[in-house]
Amino acid sequence: MRVTADAERCIGSGMCVLTAGEVFDQSEDDGTVIVLRPEPPEHSRDAVRRAAGNCPAAAITLSP
Amino acid sequence: MEHTVTTLPAARQPGCPFDPPAELIEVRRRSPISRYLFPDGHEGWLVTGYDLVRAILADSRFSSRKELMRHHPTIDYGDIEVPPAPPGEFLLMDEPQHSRYRKPLVGRFTVRRMRQLTERIEQVTAEHLDAMEKAGPPADLVTAFAKPIPAVIICELLGVPYEDRGRFQQQIDMFLGGEASDEELIAAYTATQEYLAELVAAKRANPTDDILSELTGGDLTDEELKGMALILLSAGFDTTANMIGLGAFALLRHPDQLAALRAEPALADGAVEELLRYLSVAKTFMRTALEDVELGGHTIKAGSTVLMSLNTANRDPERFPDPHRLDIRRQDGGHLAFSHGIHQCLGQQLARVELRVALPALFGRFPTLRLAVPAEEVALRPESADIHGVKSLPVTWDV
Ligand code: HEM
Ligand code: SF4
Repeated sequence: MRVTADAERCIGSGMCVLTAGEVFDQSEDDGTVIVLRPEPPEHSRDAVRRAAGNCPAAAITLSP
Repeated sequence: MEHTVTTLPAARQPGCPFDPPAELIEVRRRSPISRYLFPDGHEGWLVTGYDLVRAILADSRFSSRKELMRHHPTIDYGDIEVPPAPPGEFLLMDEPQHSRYRKPLVGRFTVRRMRQLTERIEQVTAEHLDAMEKAGPPADLVTAFAKPIPAVIICELLGVPYEDRGRFQQQIDMFLGGEASDEELIAAYTATQEYLAELVAAKRANPTDDILSELTGGDLTDEELKGMALILLSAGFDTTANMIGLGAFALLRHPDQLAALRAEPALADGAVEELLRYLSVAKTFMRTALEDVELGGHTIKAGSTVLMSLNTANRDPERFPDPHRLDIRRQDGGHLAFSHGIHQCLGQQLARVELRVALPALFGRFPTLRLAVPAEEVALRPESADIHGVKSLPVTWDV
């Protein structure tokens, strides 16, 4: 699984950090999303899928 | 088949302070989207199902612009012109204006920054519990606990001297309480505007260590800062306060859930999410279609006003099994209590930390906490209020 996130679209809700804190963070400057682990470990993939699905701005993309 | 709804229910079922009005649940059961005949004659829509509410909130063809919201859901104001949102009041703006104001704030409300406030929130919570303990039972949980904690915190974040809150707390209560007359509302608005103008001028002259002072360093005008401060203060004052008050009431009425939370503190995060879903204190939001949109088998015509019921969406059985049950072990997530799309609550991480700290601390301090009046006598805000809640919550405990 590969994760990308579009900081332009991101509205800084923090939902992804809350859902999968191992994979997502928010920038100290402007609060937008940072992908910490573009290839998330196995055990976090469910959480990453939920984070992508719940992102209010549809800013997270998953690819195989 | 198309159903037409002509009024929003004016009250909840007696004895069901936490459930959306039964009529509204019935509307959703018939169809997730219905026609809604506004009192001024406008033929709009009422959306009550989870999937459609979520889709509309995420769709930029549905506008939040204030000047387009010309049809009041329950009052016939006739054919009125509504002015655009004042500068800075970005809740009622679309892109790109909305971003101009939200962007500089987002970095200050991140998960990390809000978690860093945990200790301070614990301290403020403990102070209020101390005061309750010292005064002894009974107490009104709303004035003694639910209201002051979020108020102290948002004032500190924005750099509003807490002594000043008397100058706008009452006004904000009036805006959001759903019971003030038009004259009272206008007077309250004017007084708040005057206060905020003084506040912004003071921050510009003598910046201190707070969000409002930091913002004076950017390219935002005083008018814009005033609007932003108003949105932050009113959102920060009232919503979390009602979640704490109603949340405590809900836990007291669900002793099995309260016992589970006490036994397993690790359930607290889940309990907060479930209370947010179950109570959905921010109930109804409006959008206006900017173009014709096909949705759920209907055509929403450009210019139509769409009312969305977040509280019935959060009780949609297709999304949340057994939706009317408060179950703090639920894992589904994805509730709409903070909305969805670009306006999803800016203060949500703050609200989460406040709730996460305040509710367990309350029940930890007073293990015998209980209502001091029969549950049916607890006074609720009217359905006309934007934010649902209890007006007061008389509680007592053993000393
Ligand atoms: C449990 C408490 C809270 C609830 C249930 C809540 C709910 C909401 C909802 C539903 C919206 C979206 C409105 C829409 O889609 O049109 C919203 C927006 C907003 N909330 Fe909250 N809120 C809460 C606490 C707070 C707090 C503590 C703050 C303080 C910083 C805050 C600040 C805001 C702001 C500034 C917006 C506008 C965001 C935008 O338009 O981009 N909220 N809130
Ligand atoms: S959930 Fe989406 S909008 Fe929210 S911080 Fe993450 S990427 Fe940004």
